[in-house]
This record gives sequence, C-alpha cells and structure tokens, in this order.
Amino acid sequence: MAISQLSLFLMNQPGQLVDAVGAISGTGANIRAMSIAEANDFGILRAIVTNSEAVCNALKNNYLITRTPVVAAKMDDRTGALFPILNVLNEANINIEYMYAFTGTGPDEAYVVLRVNDPDTAEAVLHAAGIGTLSDDNLKI
Amino acid sequence: MSRYYQPEIETAPREKILEIQNEKIVRQVQHVWDNVPYYRHLMEEKGLTPADIRGVEDIHKLPFLSKADLRDAYPYGLLGTDLKNCVRIQSTSGTTGKRVVAFYTQHDVDLWEECTARAIVAAGGTEEDVVQVCYGYGLFTGGPGLHGGSHKVGCLTLPMSSGNTERQIQFMMDLEATILCCTPSYAAYIGESLAERGFKPEDNKLKAGIFGAEPWTEEMRRDIEKKLGIKAYDIYGLTEISGPGVSFECEEQKGMHINEDHFYVEIINPETGEVLPDGEKGELVFTCLDKEAFPLLRYRTRDICVLNRTPCSCGRTHVRMTKPMGRSDDMLIIRGVNVFPSQIETVLLNEGYTPNYQIVLDRERNTDTFDVYVEVGADQFSDLMSQIQKMEKNLEGALRTMLGISPKVHLVAPKTITRSEGKAVRVIDKRKLHD
Repeated sequence: MAISQLSLFLMNQPGQLVDAVGAISGTGANIRAMSIAEANDFGILRAIVTNSEAVCNALKNNYLITRTPVVAAKMDDRTGALFPILNVLNEANINIEYMYAFTGTGPDEAYVVLRVNDPDTAEAVLHAAGIGTLSDDNLKI
Repeated sequence: MSRYYQPEIETAPREKILEIQNEKIVRQVQHVWDNVPYYRHLMEEKGLTPADIRGVEDIHKLPFLSKADLRDAYPYGLLGTDLKNCVRIQSTSGTTGKRVVAFYTQHDVDLWEECTARAIVAAGGTEEDVVQVCYGYGLFTGGPGLHGGSHKVGCLTLPMSSGNTERQIQFMMDLEATILCCTPSYAAYIGESLAERGFKPEDNKLKAGIFGAEPWTEEMRRDIEKKLGIKAYDIYGLTEISGPGVSFECEEQKGMHINEDHFYVEIINPETGEVLPDGEKGELVFTCLDKEAFPLLRYRTRDICVLNRTPCSCGRTHVRMTKPMGRSDDMLIIRGVNVFPSQIETVLLNEGYTPNYQIVLDRERNTDTFDVYVEVGADQFSDLMSQIQKMEKNLEGALRTMLGISPKVHLVAPKTITRSEGKAVRVIDKRKLHD
C-alpha cells in the first residue's frame, strides 16, 4: 500500500511556489512533507499531503499536477535508523530515484519517502524485514 | 440545399471563366490607368498603355505592386475612385511596419461578402445555420468579412468579435451555434476551454468551422476537428485584395478554390519575377479584376504556394491553391538556415505536444541563439526530473532532424505562453534590437 505523493510542475520563477502552496492550503489539506527538484526553467514540487486525491482534483484545472505512488517507510528518529531500510532495498536490487524525510506525530517517529522503480516489491521486502510503511488512509487524519 | 452560393459562376466551364476574366481585365486596367496615377507611372515606365492589355494573357507584362508600394502610396496613392464613392476602410494588423489602409465602395464590399458567402456555403452553411463570428471586428477584415458573408447566406449571425472566451462559450452553447469562424489558434483555445469546463465534443451543436488569418498545419486541423467535433475549413485572403475569401476550401479539404472571377492568380519566382507553370512552388500574385476603390494589379503577397488546376470532385471549376507553405516575411534565418514556424508546429504535433509554442531568437557572441518554449500537457507530465529532461532532449532531436539546426527546448507549464485571442505571437526576435 504505497502512498500518493503530489507532483506539481512549476516554473522556476518568483511567485510560483507561494501560489501553489496557497492553493493546497485553500483545500484544507495539511502538507506533511515536501521537496523541490529544480532545473533552469522549471521545478517539480513533490509533497505528501493529507487527502491527496481531493487536492489533486481541486488543483488540476490550474496546475500540471499528478499523483505518484511512493513508499513512506517508518523509522525511529535516531542515528543509524535509515541504514537498515536502504540496506533491505539494496539487497532486493531496488533503485531509488529520489527521497526525502519527515517526522511523525509520535515521539521519535520519522518517515522516509522513497520514490522507487517498483513500490510494491519495495514495500513487500520492507514488511518482510519488519519495517512498517504508511498508506493513504493513515494520512487522511 | 445548394452546395454552392453562386453555382453558375462557381461551376462555370473554364472557357466561361476565361471569357469573364478577359472582359474584366481590360476594363480594370483602363480604370486603374484613368484613376491611379501611381500605377499609371509604373506602366509608363515599362512603355505600356491600356491598349497593350487585351486579355489575361497580357497580364504578365504589367508591373508588380508590393507592400513597399502600399507604404509609399499611403494613404490615398492607390485609391481608384473619389473618396465620396467609398463607404469603408479596412486595415492590416500592422505587425510588420506601417499600416496599410484599403478602401471599399459598396460594390467592393458586396463582391468581398459574396466571396465569404461562397466559403460559408462550401462549409455547409444555409439559412438554417447559426454562425458565430469570433474574428476581431473593426479594422481587421476577419470579423467584417465573415459577418457580411453570413448575412448574404441568410444565417443567424452572432457578431461576437474576438476575446472573452467565457461569453463565447455561453453563446455557443445557449444559442446553439453551428458554424464557428475565428483564427485556428483561437478555435483550439475554445476547444480546450470547453473540455476544461467538462464539455465533450458532442455537447456542442457546431458542425463546421472556417478558420484563417494565420498559418496552421494539417495536424492542427485534426486537433481542432477532434476537440470541437467539427469539420474545419481553411480560408485565405488579404486586406490588400479584399479580405478573407480570396480563396476557400470545399468539403474535399484539398486546397482552396480561388474566386477567379474576381481575382486573377499567378505564381512567380520570387527572385526573378518570372511566371511559373502550374504545379511549381512560388510566390502568389493577385490581380483584382473588378474592384473600384482599391484595384491592385499584380500584387505580390509574399505567400509561397502551389496552384492545382485538376478538376475537384466538389464540382467547382476554380483553381485551387495550397495553404501558404511559408511567407517570406515569416521565414526566419537562424544561423544561416531558413526556418518556417510551421515546421516547428508540425514537429510538436507529431511528438504529441500542444501547438502552443514560442520561438525566441537572440544573439550571443555573434551567434544566433534559438530557444523554443513548449507547453507540457497533463498526460506527458512526470514527477521525475530525468524523464522531463529526456523529453526535452527527444524534442530537440526531432526539431534538429526537421530544421537542420539545433534549438534549445524549454518545457513550460500549460498556459504560460501568452496566447493572444487574435493572432498568436509565435516569434520573438530580439536580434533586431541589436542592429
């Protein structure tokens, strides 16, 4: 059960990001995590939000927006916690395109968002190693 | 329902058309000689008098007129009658240099509107139809031309003019417009706007569209036809000669029939001025045969076309011209290579992009820079930077194959390229500012 990341195509210009974030907050959704990849002319905003489907529907007339399945692996917020996650994926020969992290609501709780070529297999091997992942339902708080 | 507005002329035997032309050209040359000193001087320089022009076979002897003559003679130098006989002016958009002002008597307006009426009937128009004219009204010939033709056919005419897409869509849906007249880029924009509002192509009552006033490709035609659920007809014209309707497409969609009873056509070698045989590519030249106020003879359009005199299955006997393949004014010379914007449009549509693009030319260290900005569609977007960069590379490759030089492609978000609701701004040439 991968989670749905929102991906938005924005021009690399002043005003673009604030407009997009304003549009997301206008839907009442909370942004749990985000990262931006930038090129010369444009950038891609990637965000984990509460209720991504509703946000995507609300924004699609005015933005180039899509939902992408990503894996959010649970980990403790302590030194060395990321290593076993990446190790399990490496042993399963899964390639990571990009990743970013956010902290959870519980004490010492963190999540790493992984964009991988095969999210289903990635989740299966993580679960087999006793590592938990989030689903979209967990995010609709 | 008639398929022709004026069947006796539109389907006349070739000998009959020639007879009409021969009779009209003699009178037209005499009229110009008597009333337009500017052109009379040009004829005298070549040692010609009206007696030398006994029929269309002598037209090749006459001097050419070009846009430069129109500028030199601005505003009254090519006027062929007293101003008191004139009822209207129209003017070119003035995107290249000084405006050109053309004058019309009521006779001239009528003949022009007859031409657009022929185009509307060729697109299936009858008095039952509702024609939505969203070409600009005013000095631009698009709105007034199609408006007049629609009246002549007896259609219910919606004089929308351009812009205010919200209102265009409301009238189109509420008043059940059946024929849409506008620029092809605006037709594509209306199609997109309808889809955004959740309308499917079958939700509108449109059956046909008559689109012109800017270059467009076959791919763009298919795109518009699909988006609006219509058959899209091309129309050609220029203010100097009358306006839209100098030629128009029939249901065959294989070239535009030139209204030869009003306009005599030649194709010339643009370098030498020599008249080329039918089927050869060259510059389109028109001679007005029965205009009163603005009777241009051998006017060089700068449009590059081919003529086709093979019989058309629609029954019209008038010669067909191809869509202009380029315009010497539109042609860009980039790093010494000739590039037509229409070539870029063709590549974009073939590669699955929208025809919304902008070319920006500049000069860096004495070398031309060539940037093409292209809007990404929703179905092409990926969250992966590598994927988008690959799309840019692939498009650069396809453009290089077509053009012979490499542009830098920049993918941009939808609706970031300014789309004027009249004519699309396709080229920004900053090189000229440095000269």
